Amino acid sequence: MALIGKYKVLIDTARSSGISDLQVAEQEGVLQIRGIAPNADVKNKLWDIYNQIDPNFLTGDVVMNVDVSTAVAGSQVRVKTERSNLNIRKGPGTDQPILSKAAKDEVITLISRANDQWWLVRTKDGEEGYAYAQYLEPLG
Amino acid sequence: MKFKKALSVILLSGVLTVGTISCTSKVSDADLKVKVETAVGSNPDVMVEVEEGVVTLSGTVTTEDEKRVLETSAKSADNKAIKSVVNNIVIRPIETNTDTTDLAAKVIDATKDFPSVTATVNDGVITVTGTVEQTRIQTLKQSLDALNPKKVDLSGITVN
Repeated sequence: MALIGKYKVLIDTARSSGISDLQVAEQEGVLQIRGIAPNADVKNKLWDIYNQIDPNFLTGDVVMNVDVSTAVAGSQVRVKTERSNLNIRKGPGTDQPILSKAAKDEVITLISRANDQWWLVRTKDGEEGYAYAQYLEPLG
Repeated sequence: MKFKKALSVILLSGVLTVGTISCTSKVSDADLKVKVETAVGSNPDVMVEVEEGVVTLSGTVTTEDEKRVLETSAKSADNKAIKSVVNNIVIRPIETNTDTTDLAAKVIDATKDFPSVTATVNDGVITVTGTVEQTRIQTLKQSLDALNPKKVDLSGITVN
């Protein structure tokens, strides 16, 4: 229960930010958090708060997996790599050949979510392939 | 003695009156069950039993909130007929990925852009060592948390 106190601000913010299907539970000494944020801003806000409570996430007493509800087929997503281009691959995996690249901050189309890690996308040039979901930020 | 007798008569008449009233509006357990089932909605994981006006809820849900809301809904199905609600609903634990082979394969993808770190997986716990730039530590943690591990141990990471 101690973790619920330590991360109270994070949990309270999650509760008051319209996160749907919110699950918060301390399991085996780790605070597990799941839910679906109404937009990327809310997700980013939660990560900022988490980083304030546990700088650089080094303690390892939280696993937070918050999805964004606007990440649906046909929606637009922004490439949010640090600086490099994002690889668009033939299949869902880093062992798959690279077909194309999308530039940082480019807005591309989400065709479907192959799984939680890999999303099928279409670039501005009409190229289709799989990109790592972590580098795609849903718009709207 | 006289007073006690009088009191018991008063009480008895009270009981009779209450009894008469409740008889006219008595709701059978079967009817009550239908009412409560309607009130708690169509959740196939939640079961409703009624015995002599006592409602028992059982089954599984994912959150504490859900459990509480179901109890409140059940009570409000018929405030008069329901004597009490026994809430035996169990909160399902949050699922974590403890399949080492599957998790390890996903960790390879997640850490591909972090050549200066080494990640190992053991019983759902991802342990990462090495160095990561300050600006990228959140991306790394988000990628690993998205795999639903039991724990992500970054204590062996040097942030620069």
